[in-house]
Amino acid sequence: MMSSVYSTRAGAGLASAINDRGSRVSTPTEDALARKPGIHLGDTVFRTVLYASAGVVVVSLFAILLIMFLGGRQAFETFGLEFIWSTQWNPVKDLYGALPAITGTLITSMIALVIAWPIGFGIAFFLTETCPRPLRSPLGVAVELLAAIPSIVYGMWGFFVLAPFMATYIQPWLTETFAFLPPIGDSFFWFAAPPIGVGLMTASLILAIMILPFIAATTRDVLITTPQLLKDGAYALGATRWETLTGAVIPAVRGSLFGAVFLGLGRALGETMAVVFVIGNATRMPDSLLAPSASIASVVANNFPESEPGSIKLAVLLALGFILFVVSFGVLAVARLLLRQERMS
Amino acid sequence: MRTLTRSHKARYARRHAVDFFMSALCMLAAGIGLVLLGLILWMLLSRGLAGLSLTVFTNSMASPDANGGLANAIVGSLIQVGIGTLFGAPLGMAIGIYLSEVGKKGRIASAVRFVNDILLSAPSVLIGLFVYQIAVAPFGGFSAIAGSIALALLAMPIVARTTEDILRLVPDAYRDGAIALGSRENQVIRKVVLPAAFGGILTGVLLAVARIAGETAPLIFTSLGNSNWSTDVTRPMASLPIAIYRYAGSPYPEWVSLAWTGALIITVGVLLLNILSRLSHALIAGRHAS
Repeated sequence: MMSSVYSTRAGAGLASAINDRGSRVSTPTEDALARKPGIHLGDTVFRTVLYASAGVVVVSLFAILLIMFLGGRQAFETFGLEFIWSTQWNPVKDLYGALPAITGTLITSMIALVIAWPIGFGIAFFLTETCPRPLRSPLGVAVELLAAIPSIVYGMWGFFVLAPFMATYIQPWLTETFAFLPPIGDSFFWFAAPPIGVGLMTASLILAIMILPFIAATTRDVLITTPQLLKDGAYALGATRWETLTGAVIPAVRGSLFGAVFLGLGRALGETMAVVFVIGNATRMPDSLLAPSASIASVVANNFPESEPGSIKLAVLLALGFILFVVSFGVLAVARLLLRQERMS
Repeated sequence: MRTLTRSHKARYARRHAVDFFMSALCMLAAGIGLVLLGLILWMLLSRGLAGLSLTVFTNSMASPDANGGLANAIVGSLIQVGIGTLFGAPLGMAIGIYLSEVGKKGRIASAVRFVNDILLSAPSVLIGLFVYQIAVAPFGGFSAIAGSIALALLAMPIVARTTEDILRLVPDAYRDGAIALGSRENQVIRKVVLPAAFGGILTGVLLAVARIAGETAPLIFTSLGNSNWSTDVTRPMASLPIAIYRYAGSPYPEWVSLAWTGALIITVGVLLLNILSRLSHALIAGRHAS
């Protein structure tokens, strides 16, 4: 079973050729072929290295899951499964719950996605269909380069430029305009909050700006790989560009398009540096969309310096990491399955 | 007949109006996106260039009034990214070779490919926590080597993915030719397939370097940062992203200015690496086409 395709194919071909000629002289080639296939030292070593490397990938993933779980076990043991939906966060009394961080992560990622996806899709459509041809390639490269900028740069810009702008212009306007919205229960007031600049909304915007080039680039890749035949067929029937997109292209690559969105979501969920600067780092349940809050990643990065090895706080951070990993794993798995489906067909 | 034509005309006009409107919206989206990102780059350039001077590259980090630079952070980043690439890149290449040449479409290879794709986009903050648990906590201290391990874990799946993609572009005729000459599997891969794809694999490595050079979160948990000059890999080491993180949140204008300059240096470096890898990729693609 382990014998390689290469050696058996080559061996069979050459050996029979020699037999056909009826040669009885033992050549070095013949000697080599007479050796059993599959136990060649070079091939064995080579394959072992390759298998071991492939093993490293699989082991890494499960090791991350296991180490996070083992490290965070103390938190689950102390607070029970309730840890996941408990809203307390009191470092003085060492009482912790995950829900504030989970809420912050979900709200910021969702708002970011809702903002970034339509714009990213628009950019992708523009780049593949309506953009003048000479500009397509340079603009496409520009988008991909922007996706490569380190997230800490986005975080800094958010902290020094976007947060003051939000505090001065956007937040007072939001508070005033949406004052009519009735609060949810007596704990969530939509946009009613003092305009301090940092908070859920600013973090969402920074996340949106950060994943925008990423979503645009992956969506563009999907649109570009659509078979030209499909588009030509639609155009031949007299469809406009937009009708070709909605009637022919999107139905054909729907899975991949969702895959690109989920990849963007995966990025937003785990993003640390862009968020930690602008979310306000207040680990409590947000009482409005403008309130300072925290995400799992920001809580972990922010509280880590004060967490002694072996302390319950460190266990809490690892447990939070475990939760984030499980959620990201789910989102990324869906993304990859959606993207693969199209690649196969 | 006439009514039919008229309704056709109306329909035609409406369809094209929708097309025009949606195309304009998409163009607007592209405009908004480019303006926003242009604003960020402009801010980075103007604030970063303001603090740029030779002392940034010659002096180590120091107190706000002592004319400090980022020399130790730049060297620390180079060391950690270098070691990380040294470990992560060969490992990634081996995985890519396995996926493309040995595992192919088999069940195990599909599983490995899937896991690799997940690792590729896994939150880097978790990689940092993981390496803290296995390489910092048990050995009782933060170290540059732990930071390098975290960066290697981040580089590995990137290189694996690009290597597989590139190897798949090597025509099967190359492999068949080598087999027909009686080559063994490892000879086919080492002497024919890999040389043909060498440039492309290098491109992937450059992309991975660009990606890990800007990583901040994993280093918070592993190499910690260091405000003094240190090249000892068993001890905490400074790095450019960590220096930016510390300085940007500080109350001293000198430090904030240095943080902008550091951010500019790192962004320019990352973009240059990306452009370089693109150019080499284009050159290789051009050679294959001719």
